[in-house]
Amino acid sequence: MSVQDMIAPGFSDPVFQSQAAFRALLAALSEPGTLQRVTVAIAPPEGLATATATALLTLADYETPVWLPEALRNGPAGAWLRFHCGAALVDEPASAAFAVIDGAAGTPALSAFNPGNDQFPDRSTTVFVQCAALEGGAETTLSGPGIPGTRKVAPQGLRAGFWAEVRENGALYPLGVDLVLCHGDGMLGLPRTTRIEEAR
Amino acid sequence: MTIHKAPAEDTKPAYNYAYLDEQTKRMIRRALLKAVAVPGYQVPFGSREMPLARGWGTGGIQVTAAIIGPADTLKVIDQGADDTTNAVSIRKFFERTADARTSEVTDEATIIQTRHRIPEAPLKSGQIMVYQVPTPEPLRRLEPREAETRKMHAWAEYGLMQVKLYEDIARYGEITKTYDYPVMVNGRYVMAPSPIPKFDNPKMHMSPALQLFGAGREKRIYALPPYTSVRSLDFEDHPFRIQSWTEPCGLCGAADSYLDEVVIDDRGGRMFVCSDSHYCETRRAEGHRGTMLGDAALSGLVEETTP
Repeated sequence: MSVQDMIAPGFSDPVFQSQAAFRALLAALSEPGTLQRVTVAIAPPEGLATATATALLTLADYETPVWLPEALRNGPAGAWLRFHCGAALVDEPASAAFAVIDGAAGTPALSAFNPGNDQFPDRSTTVFVQCAALEGGAETTLSGPGIPGTRKVAPQGLRAGFWAEVRENGALYPLGVDLVLCHGDGMLGLPRTTRIEEAR
Repeated sequence: MTIHKAPAEDTKPAYNYAYLDEQTKRMIRRALLKAVAVPGYQVPFGSREMPLARGWGTGGIQVTAAIIGPADTLKVIDQGADDTTNAVSIRKFFERTADARTSEVTDEATIIQTRHRIPEAPLKSGQIMVYQVPTPEPLRRLEPREAETRKMHAWAEYGLMQVKLYEDIARYGEITKTYDYPVMVNGRYVMAPSPIPKFDNPKMHMSPALQLFGAGREKRIYALPPYTSVRSLDFEDHPFRIQSWTEPCGLCGAADSYLDEVVIDDRGGRMFVCSDSHYCETRRAEGHRGTMLGDAALSGLVEETTP
């Protein structure tokens, strides 16, 4: 068996590591645009950022179908998720509870994921957008619940038209997907309530 | 005949950290994240049996169990007081199952689980309020069918609630709801703030703390992220008003806190005291004296303590 075929370990201390990671996620989504870090040291499988991998270990299980880009689904990341979370990996973006996308890739569009329905807006997909960096890019101004006044974020490596898609997603409120931008061990939440005031 | 074998001496009942198993915590955590993303919307969740009866704060306990960690300091209040039965037993529960650090000081706590009050001391960014909610559905008294109230929320059809408030005004001249006063969250969902007095409603608006609501019996979780608009429903010509009292707290002299009326004899004697016990104690320690505060040391009932 080659090293590539081995499934990397998950949490070494699941109870406390998932608790710490969850609090970072809770802070990220309740205070959109603040940079949160997962402090857990895990070796993520190829194709997943530490933050993405930690978040999925914390939240995904047999109740939550996960959508991954095809290359990841058929690679070590897919095997890793199946083994540690027991999560079903689905082909159809709209049937996923959690999804991981590459921020620079053109597809799938955010509108391809499940926005929930008017009686159950909580059934929408949470999308982890892996991007090149969470700081140092073009500034975007956010407002909405969780933000006193406005807050500026500057992630890098997002496809052209990304902010327009986020705006369209926000217009569906109370429906819509919730986004978590991930890079390295950093996370930046963009729930559907967040309004894009100004994007450059 | 069944013979019950006594467990061996070294067998101790063991629980997972914070009582709940990890799959339950994951399920509650997912519900919490969606609740934060749609402020005021009630997310259904699989409420578990807890080692106390439903209606005693099982929703709040499950939320606290899903978020608490070794870095947290927990404060539990019941009707504002740290030393009432429900507060004491919930605090003990987390001391035993989660080895939690507990405190009565509002300022030191990172998680404040509460029944029926918001502390008087202003909340800070980074703190999490956990409310125990008996009836999460603000429309339930008006429409008993869940299928219907769900549609009313889906389509923001809140006319019935306004009619109910109007009928109060028509009949009594004012809105008579004094606790669990309905609020509009982020301009979209009508939410039950749990049975806090309407005195506390303004504290929810744009609060720097994260507020989480758990209803165990009704199996609902909802949330208010920090800095979220929370408007108490009212009318232009009948604006929302909070309670006021004609006299200050009998023990600490506070005129700005929520007061409980205490009957002290059978001849109509009564006194008003702060419902927030920690706030009242802090003020007395600062030297504030109310008119009814008996000086126990002077009358020789207790030994004077040197500060």
